[in-house]
Amino acid sequence: MNSNNIIFTDSSRLITESLVRAGADVFIGYPITPANLLYQYASKRYPVFMAAPDEITTLQWMSGFAVSGHIPVTATSFPGYALMIESINMAAMMELPMVIILVQRMGPATGTATRGAQGDISVIQGTMSGGFSLPTFSLSNAADCWEISAKAVEVAVKFRTPVILLTSKEEVMTMYSLDKSSLGPINKVNRTFYSGNETFVPYEPNENLVPEFLPVTSSEHQVRFTASTHDKKGIIQNASPEALANSKRLHTKIVSNLKDFTWYDLDEQHEAETLLVSFGITAQACHEAVAELRNEGEKVSLLTAKTLLPVPPVYYSVCSRYKRVIFAEENLTGQYRQLMFGIQPPAHIEGVNEFGHMISPMHIKKVIHNA
Amino acid sequence: MHREYLHEGALPFCLGCGHTLIAENIDKALQSLNIPLLDVILVTDIGCHGIIDKSFKTHTVHGLHGRSIALASGISLSLTNPEKKVIVFIGDGGATIGLQHLIDSAHKNFNLTVVLHNNMLYGMTGGQPSELTPLGFKTPTLPEGNKIKGFDICEVVASTGASYVSRVVGIGNISEQLAEALSRKGFSLIEVMEICPSYAVKSNPGMKLRQVTEDAGLSVKVYADHNIEGFRPEIKSETQSLIDTMPVIPVGYRSERSVPAKILIAGSAGEGVQSAAELFARAAIASGLNVTKKGSYPVTVGIGFSASDIILSPDPIQYTGSPDPDYVIITSTDGLEYTAGLIKKMNHGVVYLDESLPTPETKATVVRIDYRKTAGARNAAIYSLLGLAKREKLFPTEAMLDILNQGKLSGKADWNKMAEGI
Repeated sequence: MNSNNIIFTDSSRLITESLVRAGADVFIGYPITPANLLYQYASKRYPVFMAAPDEITTLQWMSGFAVSGHIPVTATSFPGYALMIESINMAAMMELPMVIILVQRMGPATGTATRGAQGDISVIQGTMSGGFSLPTFSLSNAADCWEISAKAVEVAVKFRTPVILLTSKEEVMTMYSLDKSSLGPINKVNRTFYSGNETFVPYEPNENLVPEFLPVTSSEHQVRFTASTHDKKGIIQNASPEALANSKRLHTKIVSNLKDFTWYDLDEQHEAETLLVSFGITAQACHEAVAELRNEGEKVSLLTAKTLLPVPPVYYSVCSRYKRVIFAEENLTGQYRQLMFGIQPPAHIEGVNEFGHMISPMHIKKVIHNA
Repeated sequence: MHREYLHEGALPFCLGCGHTLIAENIDKALQSLNIPLLDVILVTDIGCHGIIDKSFKTHTVHGLHGRSIALASGISLSLTNPEKKVIVFIGDGGATIGLQHLIDSAHKNFNLTVVLHNNMLYGMTGGQPSELTPLGFKTPTLPEGNKIKGFDICEVVASTGASYVSRVVGIGNISEQLAEALSRKGFSLIEVMEICPSYAVKSNPGMKLRQVTEDAGLSVKVYADHNIEGFRPEIKSETQSLIDTMPVIPVGYRSERSVPAKILIAGSAGEGVQSAAELFARAAIASGLNVTKKGSYPVTVGIGFSASDIILSPDPIQYTGSPDPDYVIITSTDGLEYTAGLIKKMNHGVVYLDESLPTPETKATVVRIDYRKTAGARNAAIYSLLGLAKREKLFPTEAMLDILNQGKLSGKADWNKMAEGI
């Protein structure tokens, strides 16, 4: 490295800076390892920082700030996320923008706070009752921490939804040298509120299925936010056609706009018959394994998923081009592989898995060699 | 009665339910205080009272069971206009499941008013008892009467130092008491005693609300009236960039290393292992190398082992794990215990070991150096890493000496002499 811009940093710092530059303005925190650095940086960087007494309160305070027009953020790990789930459903139902950083650690339960993992994909997929999706992004390197974090704020605001930023202990607690001139400019999200003279209808969707936002600080229009099944006015309904359509819209607004937030890296090699699929911390090992394999004359392609959920359809078309598809992820059963291809995937869909240790490039190469 | 804040027409509650009385009296209280309609933010909980939203012309926010006070707290914290009035409608069930939020919000004196609809049971789910159900009170699920004495929520909330706490019986005109609670600064709670006409009346024939309240030992009074200014969070108009303020590490030296070096240093907590590893990493960066560093230590950071994995490489580093380090430095017994399993499996590389420690079983080359005796426990880690840079030709020791001699460690030891000697 020969530059006059080298810093020695960690990803917690990059994520925090990126979120704030993109417009996130409130951090509510409850301490948990390995998300502590995110909490520490947040206390210095966000315009408003509050320490909550527990994770349910965290999500409720965030929601309170969100209904007033703020963009709140928190960072947690599985034990905290588990407590947040009902409130995340509430925020999604109210259509509140917010970012929840989930730093994965080894479970189950309290597990080991200082061991990394990639074991929370199924929990995120199952967070919303009824099969609804939350946009979920995985960070695989410093560039992702910088760029995808900012995009998470954009997605949260544009589609009025909680967004999950998925990372892990090894990513947010490792220090590394970085050329800071590689960090491009970040624009603050352009946020607009309803400004019409007509009566404001809180859940009247626009063309992209997202309703306009108006905070409860409005002195011109009445605003309603409702977590229970509700009509366009935000009035609680049992299951009226309008209310059911409103609830279903929460799903369709995410999946029908998915192409707007489908991000991945695809490194395809001509004539390769094997595709490696990964994300997050394990993607780094995959990059190294692929480089070594190619040096050794093997042909292999690599798909690094950044948009994890909902699963972008393009991932299926990429996978369909290969005779052998190997998912590398640091959990016991291959959660992302199962999510895409079922509990008993076809024989050509394989997995490299580890529990309690990072997956090494050597391990990946060994599985690829064992064809 | 003339309504300002409520729509005209019947409210959505059973005949004789106290919830109607509360809603109408809130309207009256707000009228008496002359609060603009859209300055009112009503946050409702789950329970029969929570279906009142549609009847109010104010802003309404309808959340989860028991969490309305926390949600309202978030709203209150977000408001910069002190004229806004945040009101929470919650039942005794919501206060039970969300007791933490109630105590927290009262204790921190957030700017909001909680109207606790205490009908002494869960009305929406069949009349089950809550924590506020009095001893002997009968419900459909407790035909023989409650065997546990419900607690006095006003006592609990007043004990947190809340700005205002009172209890009223929900009969007749209670608008003045509600107006009093609404007009106080900071956190106020007013508990309104009610009878559920669907579940409590049938289970307790002939029961009178005032009598039940008195028999339960619940005083009808103002428990606290301190009128303390509520909490408002600091809003920083400007905060410093976390990136722009980071010191840039100038590259002034050149490393001859052509392949990555994976290093593990392990010692004891409190002996500067992490800071030595970071200093070493910065020196490697100053020599043009790419570097990653991780720390490992028990949750009790002040005792036991302290270890750090460092990777140096002329090329960008992707995988940051180092299960098979090239060099292991051990400066103390804690470090040796932590690395024993790893060292046993090593079949290449070098283990640099403090002279005081027993030689472990390993196929790696073992080099014993008197780190602790020469540099002292506090500086043993720095000394060992200086030695590693020099002996293994990882990068010029001058890169490390520059940092040692210019930073806060300057003068703490004769670093130049140490570097020469190792």
